[in-house]
Amino acid sequence: MPAIVGVGYSGFNANTPDLSWKEIMYEAAVRAYEDAGIDPRKDVDSFITCAEDFYEGFAIFDEFVPDQLGAVLKPTCTVCADFLYGLATAYMQIESGLAEIAVVEAHSKASDIKTFGEVIRHAMDPIWLKGVTNAHPYYLAALEMSYYMNKYCITQEAIAEVVVKNKRNALLNDSAPYGAKLTVEYALKSPFVFYPMRKIEIAERADGAIVFVVASDEMARKITDSPVWIKGVGWWSETSNYDTMSFEARYAYKSAKMAYRMAGIENPSKEIDIAEVDDRFAFKEIQHIVALQLAGKYDVCDLMSEGYFARNGSLPVNVSGGNLGVGNLLEATGGQKALEIVIQLRGEAGRRQVDCEIGVAQAWRYIPTASGAVAVFGV
Amino acid sequence: MEVEIVKGLKFHKKQDVAIVGAGMTTFKRRLLETGKELSYFAVKQALEEAGLDIKDIEMVVMGSAPDAFDGTALKGEYLLDGAGGSDRPYLRVFVGGGTGVFAPIAGYWHVASGLADVCLVVCEEKMSCCHPHPQSAFKYIWDPILDRPLKPNLIWIFALEMRRYMHVNNIRHEDIALVSVKNKANALDHPCAQVAEKITVEDVLNSEPMALPVRRLDVSPPSDGAAALIMVAPHIARQLTDEPVWVTGVGWALDTTHWTNRDLYFPRYVAEAAKMAYRMAHITDPRKQIDVAEPYDPFDYKELHHMEGLGLAKKGEAPILTREGVTARDGDLPVCPSGGLLGVGNPIAATMGVKACEIYWQLAYRAGKRQVAKEVTTGVCQAWGDLMQVGTVMVMSNKR
Amino acid sequence: MAVGRKKISCPPYAEGTALSEKDISERRVTLFEDHPNLVYSWTAGQAMSRFLNELKNGKLIATKCEKCGRIIFPPRIYCELCYKPIDGWVYVKDTGTVQTFSISYIDPDARPLEKPVIVAVIAVDGASPNMGIMHVLGEVEPEKVYIGMRVKAVWKPENEREGAITDIKYWKPLEG
Repeated sequence: MPAIVGVGYSGFNANTPDLSWKEIMYEAAVRAYEDAGIDPRKDVDSFITCAEDFYEGFAIFDEFVPDQLGAVLKPTCTVCADFLYGLATAYMQIESGLAEIAVVEAHSKASDIKTFGEVIRHAMDPIWLKGVTNAHPYYLAALEMSYYMNKYCITQEAIAEVVVKNKRNALLNDSAPYGAKLTVEYALKSPFVFYPMRKIEIAERADGAIVFVVASDEMARKITDSPVWIKGVGWWSETSNYDTMSFEARYAYKSAKMAYRMAGIENPSKEIDIAEVDDRFAFKEIQHIVALQLAGKYDVCDLMSEGYFARNGSLPVNVSGGNLGVGNLLEATGGQKALEIVIQLRGEAGRRQVDCEIGVAQAWRYIPTASGAVAVFGV
Repeated sequence: MEVEIVKGLKFHKKQDVAIVGAGMTTFKRRLLETGKELSYFAVKQALEEAGLDIKDIEMVVMGSAPDAFDGTALKGEYLLDGAGGSDRPYLRVFVGGGTGVFAPIAGYWHVASGLADVCLVVCEEKMSCCHPHPQSAFKYIWDPILDRPLKPNLIWIFALEMRRYMHVNNIRHEDIALVSVKNKANALDHPCAQVAEKITVEDVLNSEPMALPVRRLDVSPPSDGAAALIMVAPHIARQLTDEPVWVTGVGWALDTTHWTNRDLYFPRYVAEAAKMAYRMAHITDPRKQIDVAEPYDPFDYKELHHMEGLGLAKKGEAPILTREGVTARDGDLPVCPSGGLLGVGNPIAATMGVKACEIYWQLAYRAGKRQVAKEVTTGVCQAWGDLMQVGTVMVMSNKR
Repeated sequence: MAVGRKKISCPPYAEGTALSEKDISERRVTLFEDHPNLVYSWTAGQAMSRFLNELKNGKLIATKCEKCGRIIFPPRIYCELCYKPIDGWVYVKDTGTVQTFSISYIDPDARPLEKPVIVAVIAVDGASPNMGIMHVLGEVEPEKVYIGMRVKAVWKPENEREGAITDIKYWKPLEG
């Protein structure tokens, strides 16, 4: 199976006033190539970038990609989805023999987008959804939160625990800009901006770039002593219609099922050692933990309060601080999750190191979609 | 660790990939149907030809060009239920104009890697949503610092390339206009054609100047449309048909963003992509071994430009082949027998219908009146995109 | 269903209902209109910032890569062929040679222009061969332009320059 042989990242910051997005991509790419010990002009067979036009502000984004990755006149393409989809694409390209070494890149220069709410509103269905109201599109997530909380009796306290846990985890992560030491009482005083969602539960945006070097089985063993194997990948889309979405992260459940099947994992809650899930809205972490079969849907709140998912708990979730601590990295979100798992599995996580052999990274494509991807890594 | 890495692609295919069905909608300047509905029509037709049901599809790949046309950000997500992507793994790929042939390449690696046995590839485009004119969306492909302040139109970059191509190879506009005449006439036999008509070289040379040397009849129109392809593993192909068409080679390459630093007379990005695809397909002499070709022809000179990039003609000699009738439907190397973009229409990504789908139909002997006269075994389709940057090539064969 | 059948002509039918321009402008079909307001403000970054500041001073600047020996224009902080950071900045002249050109009669929204615009790719003197930029030509009749023509930049007066590529108004033919 393919393995990750090199990672590099630049960031993550709330704002990057001195470097253009090309330059942060270059920085991340140079670090990744150095980590892998390869020369992109000679060794890399395929480059995959994960970008959405409207997040970048260009009509055809892959035009601006090759130079800073070293991909001039080489096979390069864009996958309009999250980083983990790009990782799945690299997996498929390597397994079909089209490439031996592939590079996957994603970045977020969210500070360049001045009208973020408008970009999300533009992604809503033009006939059924766009004209309903002028409110900021975050209400779409709030509606889902309300449904989920009601159906499974998720308490406000449990969600506040997620915020507290992740922001405290972020304090030990050098690259996380939004770490803070909070209490549940403090979090519960945060104002409701989209009832029942509080202001503190929404992840702030951040800039950053992440580059992974993926290699085939034999090539990985040649290049490095510590490859991190991609045991399984999965991706799934429910539907584009907001009203028929499951509101239970079924995309995460299905894509995890696909990835677990590939990885040969039958009992995820026992076999997974560490997880990084998408928590760009705090309630999503709980939804995704359940969808990834890491805990039962009626147990998850109790487990959260007991510290089961804390850094020194039985199944650490979002040790890096998650998106609440690191920031909303748009399409690079999956990249940050995968990055954390890879660093943890390699034993390079320093003060936040967790003992682990198998980890799972999951990302969602943000509102107004019901699509997501999952990747399972192991050493 | 210092390791000497020996390069040389070994194509270990997990499994071969066959195409068993294709479909497309009509291409017109404005269509009533939404993007989702167009995708649905194309998928329905492809499933009918293949004899499959949507339940049989395991994964879906969508190819669609700039979101700015449809007027929806995250366009891939919006289109997914019309394209059959509901409740399945669904992915959108995008390499600008090259998506028409790149989406099938993405479909290829879904099946070849062994992750799926049946993969549906859909391409859709709805350019008419963009007002005042679809051209307006092309304002945003340019570099914001170096190019946009000069208020460029997309046609400029083609005109600059065409002028360079004509100058370096000493080619007259009359020879280039023959391509437009050929393709628009070929398209009269295509049921989905938008601008099929019988014209003459004089009509082309006298048509309205857009950005000289490019004139109106040198250009393909913006269109709405959709196309679909079904790619399957060998054991499934065997159950469905006696005549699957095999994908034998794929290749793609992206050149530098700084197109002004390149000599535009030769598309080296197409040559690189073709090199990769031909090596995979074991083709050493494209001019002899390729029986039918569908290079991307958004402008008439582009067909010639790409023929040279694909190795079907030596540099500067493609117009000679056209003049001598070699590239006509009854010639030795038919090029764009469908009518191409110049005759059928240019809905950017949905051009898969006249590129990949056409080569499939030709090799399966199902192209009806457009079927080329000679016996065909191997065909190549190619697409181009971005700022003169992307070449995507796919080689197919009806013999394994 | 598809087994063995050869005598079919594909595509067997073409679905889709064509509309005319009047159908939309006179609202004969149901349609939704939206005018998105999307604003982006890209950080210029190190290379472009220097480039734009030099433009304000009436100068053109390039970068050089020692490994391949190229003088790269427009400047960037890495050489994309050697894939390494560049080794220094070098001023280039504001004269050049026309590599290719076109005479455009349409504006970016495909509407006709009253006066045609002459756009060209100009290889700048002092940079490596073929290092061109796109710009417009002026003070010359369209028929007189040819590939290989020598041109010189015409700048805006200093107080009007803003640090943008339009600080050069156009390029005019070099006499002699």
